[in-house]
Amino acid sequence: MAFKGAIEIDTAHCKGCGVCVTNCPTGSIRLSGMVNSKGYNYAEMTGDACIGCSACALVCPDSVITVYRVKI
Amino acid sequence: MDIADIKRPENLVYRKPALITDNVMHYCPGCSHGTVHKLIAEVIEEMGIQDSTIGISPVGCSVFAYNYIDIDWEEAAHGRAPALATATKRLCPDKHVFTYQGDGDLASIGTAEIIHACSRGENIVVIFINNGIYGMTGGQMAPTTLIGMKTSTTPYGRDPKLNGFPMVIADMIAHLDGTAYITRQSVHTAAAVRKAKSAIRKAFEYSEKNIGLSFVEIVATCNSGWKMSPVDANAWMVEHMFRKYPIGDIKDVLK
Ligand SMILES: Cc1ncc(C[n+]2csc(CCOP(=O)(O)OP(=O)(O)O)c2C)c(N)n1
Ligand code: SF4
Ligand code: SF4
Ligand code: SF4
Ligand SMILES: [Mg+2]
Repeated sequence: MAFKGAIEIDTAHCKGCGVCVTNCPTGSIRLSGMVNSKGYNYAEMTGDACIGCSACALVCPDSVITVYRVKI
Repeated sequence: MDIADIKRPENLVYRKPALITDNVMHYCPGCSHGTVHKLIAEVIEEMGIQDSTIGISPVGCSVFAYNYIDIDWEEAAHGRAPALATATKRLCPDKHVFTYQGDGDLASIGTAEIIHACSRGENIVVIFINNGIYGMTGGQMAPTTLIGMKTSTTPYGRDPKLNGFPMVIADMIAHLDGTAYITRQSVHTAAAVRKAKSAIRKAFEYSEKNIGLSFVEIVATCNSGWKMSPVDANAWMVEHMFRKYPIGDIKDVLK
């Protein structure tokens, strides 16, 4: 069974720590070149390989990632 | 399939736990405290015990834990959370009572309180965040600091001749008859987070059985105090902290 996923990030409250990036098995999350109002390079979704596994969200200390997943 | 079509309510698989408040956590980016708060919030939510849980927050970076998890809280003097928890649980035996403590709080100034609460077999949960340092006050050596580890009070590394050896609290209290469940976990990967959550859940369930104290140590990072990026701190923890503080269950009286 294959899954396709998507994430939504509360970029205003992301602290740009990067632990989500190293935990993503598909390279679907990266730190933006842009900063939020706190000056952090916030995380953003990249590409369309996300499988909705929630790994990024599970390790996010600030709980700013929401994950969606569908079976395909 | 379009991203917008995936992001529909019926496809939701993970969201911020309902009991985590909207207050922005004051923790440094990547700090383990936030991740552990989230797991405690999820366990309390899933067990449906929001109205019957009382947390005791410590002195240390997590002093404001009460601002982040939407339950009843007390705030203890430095190291005294197990004493407050003892009184609270004895006065309100139907409540779920837990302490949340750092290694400076629990293993240094509060050593007497934790040892005796364990020895008395209080039916409480203790969440112990071991980041090997006094995070809040500027990265001084803690009893848990590793040999050779540089801190602001051991700038050349911890030297056992001068500073003594790291204290392995979880193994020490395993010898006390009042402890029921003791485990050591971490939260640096998704798999570790899932295991840590199961451990916290088990600890809360054991506290309902009145069989003694349940203790969940989380080997954690303090990337600011360690003077590393959050990602490097996680790697350093795996390489160095896990050697002295290996992950896994240490005691389970029901097994
Ligand atoms: C009676 C007393 N002594 C000393 C302090 C200073 N102090 C505040 S936090 C702390 C240590 C915190 O370290 P830890 O418990 O490891 O928590 P962390 O910040 O690392 O999570 C100390 C010594 C205090 N607040 N009260
Ligand atoms: S783990 Fe969370 S806070 Fe850290 S960069 Fe990723 S989304 Fe932002
Ligand atoms: S849900 Fe999984 S695949 Fe998608 S961005 Fe997060 S970690 Fe990567
Ligand atoms: S000083 Fe250390 S323990 Fe405190 S919030 Fe920062 S990273 Fe976390
Ligand atoms: Mg500490």
